Amino acid sequence: MSLPLFPSGSDPGPSFVELLRRTRHEEVQAPAAALADMVATAGRHLSGLVPTSLPPVVHGTTIVALRYDNGVVVAGDRRATEGNMIAHRSIEKVFPADRYSAVAISGAAGAAVEMVRLFQTQLEHYEKVEGSTLSLEGKANQLGQMVSANLQMAMQGLVVIPLFAGYDLRLKKGRIFTYDVTGGRFEETDFHATGSGGRDAKNTVKLSFRERLGRDEAVDLAVNSLYEAADEDTATGGPDPLRGIYPVVATVDSEGYRRLEDPEVAEHFRHILQRRSERDEGGVPS
Amino acid sequence: MTMPYYVAPEQVMKDRAEYAQKGIARGRALVGTTYDNGVLIVAENPSSTLHKISEIYDRVAFAGVGRYNEFDQLRVAGVRHADTKGYAYSREDVDARSLANVYAQYLGQVFTHEMKPLEVEILVAELDPVGTAHQLFHIAYDGTVSDEQRFTVLGGEADAITQRMSARFRQGWTLAEAVAASVASLSGPARKLRPTDLEAAVLEHGPWRRCFRRVDADELAELIARGEAAEPAAGSPVEKETHPELGTDENGEGAPGHA
Repeated sequence: MSLPLFPSGSDPGPSFVELLRRTRHEEVQAPAAALADMVATAGRHLSGLVPTSLPPVVHGTTIVALRYDNGVVVAGDRRATEGNMIAHRSIEKVFPADRYSAVAISGAAGAAVEMVRLFQTQLEHYEKVEGSTLSLEGKANQLGQMVSANLQMAMQGLVVIPLFAGYDLRLKKGRIFTYDVTGGRFEETDFHATGSGGRDAKNTVKLSFRERLGRDEAVDLAVNSLYEAADEDTATGGPDPLRGIYPVVATVDSEGYRRLEDPEVAEHFRHILQRRSERDEGGVPS
Repeated sequence: MTMPYYVAPEQVMKDRAEYAQKGIARGRALVGTTYDNGVLIVAENPSSTLHKISEIYDRVAFAGVGRYNEFDQLRVAGVRHADTKGYAYSREDVDARSLANVYAQYLGQVFTHEMKPLEVEILVAELDPVGTAHQLFHIAYDGTVSDEQRFTVLGGEADAITQRMSARFRQGWTLAEAVAASVASLSGPARKLRPTDLEAAVLEHGPWRRCFRRVDADELAELIARGEAAEPAAGSPVEKETHPELGTDENGEGAPGHA
């Protein structure tokens, strides 16, 4: 590898995606493109028979985010499915995007994890080249562009829907952004959930959400909503005390991105179960 | 048809080296040194926005002296090189040695093939992820690379500053001691640099993946005070070791060594 220098006319600026394009490193991304081609061909051949003719693809599931007084909490279960099979019990779907933001993914796991890696590199690259960080809004837009770049794959069934949340250092509050497949970016006021168990999770949050939740209360609500989602949705994993696998729960506030330790999350689950059994003494409704 | 004048290659190289050295000597100096928890870089730089010291990657930092636009271009190229490599392979595959080599090749090529050599000297520092074998790669305008594990000085008056530094250097000193000694060495006997005249940054072991951290003027002032208070006693001067020069002209008349 030689030093990547560019004449001033074709300098990629602070964009890492542009840089990859210029240095012809999109070969690195070739597997994704090849997959899209393959899917397109397979789709043509089998379109009469099966609407989605994809080879088995690993999918990730429930993601929830909600605001609290000083930031946001983002949580995601750990299960990945391949059709009706559990592909992984302990994949992670919540990642730090940079110090003051988090990105969570649902959809085709392979493409999603790759998107996160590119997004993380992009934010850090911008910060280092420019010497200043992007605004939270700028980061959210960047992610939108990456989602829309994935549209071709999404049309073939490899849909990746990220959820972006972070602490806005200028407005001094937590903000949540959601996306559609075309890269459309929408800001949520208080909370949101995506993935196959998203509806159950969102309803759970909706029933108990109020302004000015504390960090601990917000974490409790997020964990509770994942519990409810796992209760209703087969593709969402619940707590697994036997293997010590718990959802990834992270908060982003003025102190930055912090992931909760597993024992802490386990403690929240213990509280939830305790409250449940006290409330439903006559037997848990089903 | 007019014949071009013949100029001996030695003369051409000598002229270019002189030109580059002059440019670099006009700039203010910079010291990079290792300490008990990482690497410290201190530069004389009155500007608080135009940085001489920057982050390249998780454990790699960059510093340059000389013409700002030239070393800043090298800095950005370094960030690009490191980020592409880390993205294509893995974060831990990014190291200072290969980056230093890439810089050296480029500087060497410009020095021999272009009209004007780059008037810069750069430092690529790397924090050892596990031990204390931190690396300081010093790359001169002609592509000469030398590696140091103790300290290195770049820029104008490098020789005098190196002397002052080697009189005070101690292996495994604290950050405060390293800061105080670096600042004193940069200042020299005749003047006293204030924290606002300086720019400092460290690569340190900490909870974060990215080990680069800027030291602001307030912290710098406090470190200098603490370092000066802790001063002397233990400080037995270490003799300056000679380190192998890995570049082109090793010795010889008018060899372009350090400016």
